[in-house]
Amino acid sequence: MARLAEALRAALGAIRAHLLRAALTVLGMVIGVAAVIAVVALLQGFGQSITQQFRNLGANGLVIVAYLPQKAALEGRIARITPDDLLAIRQRVAGVRDVVPLLPLAQFSAEVRYGSRSSNTSVSGTTSGFPRNGARYPVQGRFVVAGDDTTRRPVAVIGQTLIKDLHLPADPEGHFIQLFGTWFKVVGVLNKVGTLVGLIDRDNLVYIPYTTAVSLSGALTAPNIVIQLDVDNARAIKPVEARITAVLRRQHHLLPGEADDFKIQSAAELTKALTSALDSASLILGAIVGISLLVGGVGIMNVMLVSVTERTREIGIQKSLGATRADILLQFLLEAVLLSLLGGLVGLALGYGIGKLVVHLVPAFAGAIVPGWTIALSLGFTAAVGLVFGITPAAKAAALDPIEALRYE
Amino acid sequence: MSVALATDTAPLLELRGIGKRYRMGETDVDALRGVDLAIARNEYVAFIGPSGSGKTTLMNIVGCLDRPSSGSYLLNGQRVADLDDNALARIRNREIGFVFQNFNLLGRADALHNVMQPLVYRGIKLRERRQLATAALTGVGLGDRLDHRPNQLSGGQRQRVAIARALVGKPSILLADEPTGNLDSTTAREIMAMFATLHRAGNTIILVTHDAEVAAHAERTVAIRDGQVIGDTRHGRKGTAHGAAG
Ligand SMILES: Nc1ncnc2c1ncn2[C@@H]1O[C@H](COP(=O)(O)OP(=O)(O)OP(=O)(O)O)[C@@H](O)[C@H]1O
Ligand SMILES: [Mg+2]
Repeated sequence: MARLAEALRAALGAIRAHLLRAALTVLGMVIGVAAVIAVVALLQGFGQSITQQFRNLGANGLVIVAYLPQKAALEGRIARITPDDLLAIRQRVAGVRDVVPLLPLAQFSAEVRYGSRSSNTSVSGTTSGFPRNGARYPVQGRFVVAGDDTTRRPVAVIGQTLIKDLHLPADPEGHFIQLFGTWFKVVGVLNKVGTLVGLIDRDNLVYIPYTTAVSLSGALTAPNIVIQLDVDNARAIKPVEARITAVLRRQHHLLPGEADDFKIQSAAELTKALTSALDSASLILGAIVGISLLVGGVGIMNVMLVSVTERTREIGIQKSLGATRADILLQFLLEAVLLSLLGGLVGLALGYGIGKLVVHLVPAFAGAIVPGWTIALSLGFTAAVGLVFGITPAAKAAALDPIEALRYE
Repeated sequence: MSVALATDTAPLLELRGIGKRYRMGETDVDALRGVDLAIARNEYVAFIGPSGSGKTTLMNIVGCLDRPSSGSYLLNGQRVADLDDNALARIRNREIGFVFQNFNLLGRADALHNVMQPLVYRGIKLRERRQLATAALTGVGLGDRLDHRPNQLSGGQRQRVAIARALVGKPSILLADEPTGNLDSTTAREIMAMFATLHRAGNTIILVTHDAEVAAHAERTVAIRDGQVIGDTRHGRKGTAHGAAG
């Protein structure tokens, strides 16, 4: 232990003795690591803010939509989720609540009028159970209630963008808007949820009663709906999904081997897909910058070789006093690794600082986050670079003949 | 110490036909040519000879720093040629204290750390290293120069640091190459008195000198010229060896 401590002390001493040289040597390393950390920090911060927004959609919510693989669609098959499917899920799947239909009539394409003004919006029919998890709630008036549904009332709950776009009064309750040529009475205004990733306005929408939407859709057969539901226990999402899949496959008379004609989406899944995309982008960037770390490693090797030559006499003296090959090897290897790690640490701090600065200057970035794995990876990688590129100079030092080293001028 | 384990009759070190040849381009330089020498435990020997006669070369071989080109060297009955690097490092560290002709101090370390250095390779803890080194430096009269680097010391002081470093590990064999070369007569006498004390304590001492007066402190003088032993005289324990300090 005393020998290891001494090797460490000697390595540190050698670095301190040539501080400027050490700094210049690891500069490449510093820039490399700083670049990775800054980019990863920004990407991860970006991902985090998106994840946060998805979370508002409901943590343990599931959305079931009709979906056909392209091959089946080409065969002329059609896929639909029907009100019967909704009933089947309500009756046969345990551990779920608020199983509600959503009938999207238009996505940002329905013309809505108020007085002389018109605008485009999204319209969906739904029932009273819909606004779940507190993510959507009326700030004025009320949401669609059961009575609206049973009597097909022409009532509408609107998002706040419509008030602005249609110049509705600040308290629009009781006013009438026109949708699909029909007059709807505004009964409630939804809370503001903002935009998704700055692009999609989630407050530009109208909810009407489900039955009203069904009759407006003019569907002769059962309409194709979207089913939304909440899983009681977020950890039980997988078994619930399996159960729903089984129920729907029976409903749709799918034979074993046939692909599902529906898709079950969860906020968690969307988040996962997104973050994994961001993670792989981070990894690829990391790999690219990793090459610059290798270049830094060559610089370290070069300086270590110079250092060994410079200190030949010193090595000779140490050997004459009883230092073994292992002692010398360890000392120089530690020096290379410490040098490299130093570059890694400084790069880490610098990269994080750059990330913070960018966040400060560019509002599009929500925050800079340095995940533990990047810290571990960059420090591990720099240490490995030091080890790999330090081994040759260290072995050269260790192999020196004591008397020849002592005579070296 | 392991070197001290052999029977008293066998020599501590035995050189047989030792040659050292340096290749200088086309020509060969024979620094040593067939040196035969046996030194017993607790002997006090002086190598004396003119400059370039091969004294340092011989010391380096005896100190397991250099390997001979020919002949065999037995240290405590063991063929040194058979030992591996680690075993040689261990012998240099534990059994031999070497005072180099040109000191060979670590330029970046102060006197204290220079003297502490050999103790590192024995795995001695920092505190104890510091204590032992301070004591050794005080012993050579440098207790007030612990934090001076070699370039902040006089030639004689450097020599004393080198001596303290050789003695700090209490080696059984002390090899000193011109240990008093840079010292005034008073300090030289103190150093020689120290060697005499070590000798009395049972250590084996070999010193190189071309000063007959210094050689007179030893019990035995080996004269070297042109890489060969040309004389070997024993003069017993002289009063001067003991009385030098007084
Ligand atoms: N590395 C070497 N290469 C070539 N020749 C050498 C080498 N080392 C020593 N010699 C030669 O070997 C001979 C003996 O050298 P050595 O250093 O042993 O002499 P010395 O007796 O110690 O002399 P001094 O009293 O001046 O120290 C010299 O002639 C020297 O030139
Ligand atoms: Mg010499």
